[in-house]
Amino acid sequence: MSLIVKTITRLIVGLVLLFGIYIVLHGHLSPGGGFSGGVIVALSFVLMMLAFGEDVAVAKISRNLASNLESIGALMFLFIAILGFLGGSFFLNILSTGTPFKLFSAGTIILSNISIGIKVGIGLFAIFLALVILEKTKRER
Amino acid sequence: MKDVNIIPLFVIIPLLTAFLIALLGKTIKNFSEKIIVASSSLLLAFSLYSQILLRHTPLKTLVYNVGGWLPPFGISMVLDGLSSFMLIVVNLIAFFVAVYSLSYMEKYTDKPKFFTLFALMVSGLNGVIVTGDIFNLFVFLEIASIASYALVAFGTQAEELEASFKYTIMGTVASSFIFLGIVFLYGFASTLNMAHMASVLNSKLSIWLLPFVSVLFLAGFSLKAAMVPFHGWLPDAHSSAPASISAMLSGVLIKTLGIYAMMRIFFNVLGITQAQLSILMFLGSLSIITGAILAFSQWDFKRLLAYSTISQVGYIVLGLGLGTPLGIFGALFHLFNHSVFKSLLFLNSGAVDYAASTRDLRETGGLNKVMPVTTKTNFIASMSISGIPPFSGFFSKLIIIFACIQKGHIGYGLCAVIGSILTLIYFMKLQKFVFLGELKDKFKQIAEVPYLMRFSMICLAAICILAGFLLLPALRPFLDRASDVLLGGTNYAAAVMGAALR
Repeated sequence: MSLIVKTITRLIVGLVLLFGIYIVLHGHLSPGGGFSGGVIVALSFVLMMLAFGEDVAVAKISRNLASNLESIGALMFLFIAILGFLGGSFFLNILSTGTPFKLFSAGTIILSNISIGIKVGIGLFAIFLALVILEKTKRER
Repeated sequence: MKDVNIIPLFVIIPLLTAFLIALLGKTIKNFSEKIIVASSSLLLAFSLYSQILLRHTPLKTLVYNVGGWLPPFGISMVLDGLSSFMLIVVNLIAFFVAVYSLSYMEKYTDKPKFFTLFALMVSGLNGVIVTGDIFNLFVFLEIASIASYALVAFGTQAEELEASFKYTIMGTVASSFIFLGIVFLYGFASTLNMAHMASVLNSKLSIWLLPFVSVLFLAGFSLKAAMVPFHGWLPDAHSSAPASISAMLSGVLIKTLGIYAMMRIFFNVLGITQAQLSILMFLGSLSIITGAILAFSQWDFKRLLAYSTISQVGYIVLGLGLGTPLGIFGALFHLFNHSVFKSLLFLNSGAVDYAASTRDLRETGGLNKVMPVTTKTNFIASMSISGIPPFSGFFSKLIIIFACIQKGHIGYGLCAVIGSILTLIYFMKLQKFVFLGELKDKFKQIAEVPYLMRFSMICLAAICILAGFLLLPALRPFLDRASDVLLGGTNYAAAVMGAALR
């Protein structure tokens, strides 16, 4: 990619990642949540992959790590749901819900958002990686 | 409230299995095999336990409020006679298919991935069955469908990818129809809970909504159930998948996603009308005849079975379309029987493919000398599907034909009889070309399949023989409770609301 793209990417990739994390963590208070935040997090990695090639992105998150993290995200969500059984019901919000509109409120919702964010972010990144690798092997042949 | 806690387990266990296998399957040796057998036998045990649970429940309905929210607001999970019946069908077949796959999937490379997708599919199917929320039903339907699209393409050969692509397109079209129907219902009734929706639709009348939504659902679910004008994707998809997956697809997937969801929505939520029943009867008998005639000329073992599925599903839909107690009872009984013997037949085709590496009927022959177990189980399944007296298929077809005559539809009854004769003819063709006749030299060395595959086939064959006993008074409640739910129609709303508030 050209120098302009590389420079701009270097400047904004951190901000995109940070914005994604903000959307995930603020999901229970403002529009957004695990899914949309996860997509933005994945986009920061996709941007890096487009600008610097997939080797740079893979150096940060390898394929194995990606697939493991994806399963861990899903399992975390399931465990949060199962934790509700401690209070008597599947998916019950067992943590204290706190004061509304504070960051640490809404009980398990924030934890669920984080696990969805991991699952979606890594999943989307893995899909993009798979497409890139497929294209590369096709070109090599 | 303790007993109710088993309802969400039908979704939790397979989901947990799927993601644990995805996480640990590659690192721990034989982990995926052990955990899939453990989870599917656990699910089978729970689904059998749900029958016992229902017997001791006065209302015959159990409702689980997810997250402790009461029905009109929260998501509820419903276990009634019909759900329990379908859970047993799905988990019974899933258990035997899982055991069979342990040996069968040795030919393929990536076992953990296969079992992940398999467990996801089972969780989707169980979810469709236990959910009491119409949007949740759509979500689980998509989970099961998407897992099955990937499983059809599991061999990654050209024809498998093509079949999977075709299946994906048709499945997505079907899902879009269903989704659109749900959108309209939600827009009108402002609720997603099926029981609440049924009571709202009862009290708030609309001239255009119900016919319009019924057409959308009918198109969507007919595509999922592969009834005849919508059957184009089925033969490719069911014949290209690995044999154990074909058994799941033909045995339980199209019945859960197509027929069960259709029954639930039409009978219990919308309240079925005579016009819809007539359409179902017509589609059913069309499927019986067309599927049987198309199956006739097939030379591929699994393609023949796939066309036969279309024909047999026609019987179920015909029985449902009659709308009489006897018709619905026969339809549900045939649903149970068909899932058992069609899975068995697909497992047989997998065994032949495993040992002889061919599915072409013109190449095989005389396999009864080298594969005795496969031959005998296949004979039992063939006789059962063609409706020969002591086997299970005979009773269910007889009940459906009686129900046709009782309602005065002699023509449809005749269709069912002709379909049964055609079925017998093409299964005789299968017997002749695969198992009887001269054994070719190149097949002299092949041996019977491994014992896990034999175990599954023998157990399913035993169920084929014994399923007729379900008509005995002691065992009849199993089917009666299921057909009572359908006959009760929109009383479903009152039953679920009553059980939830208790």
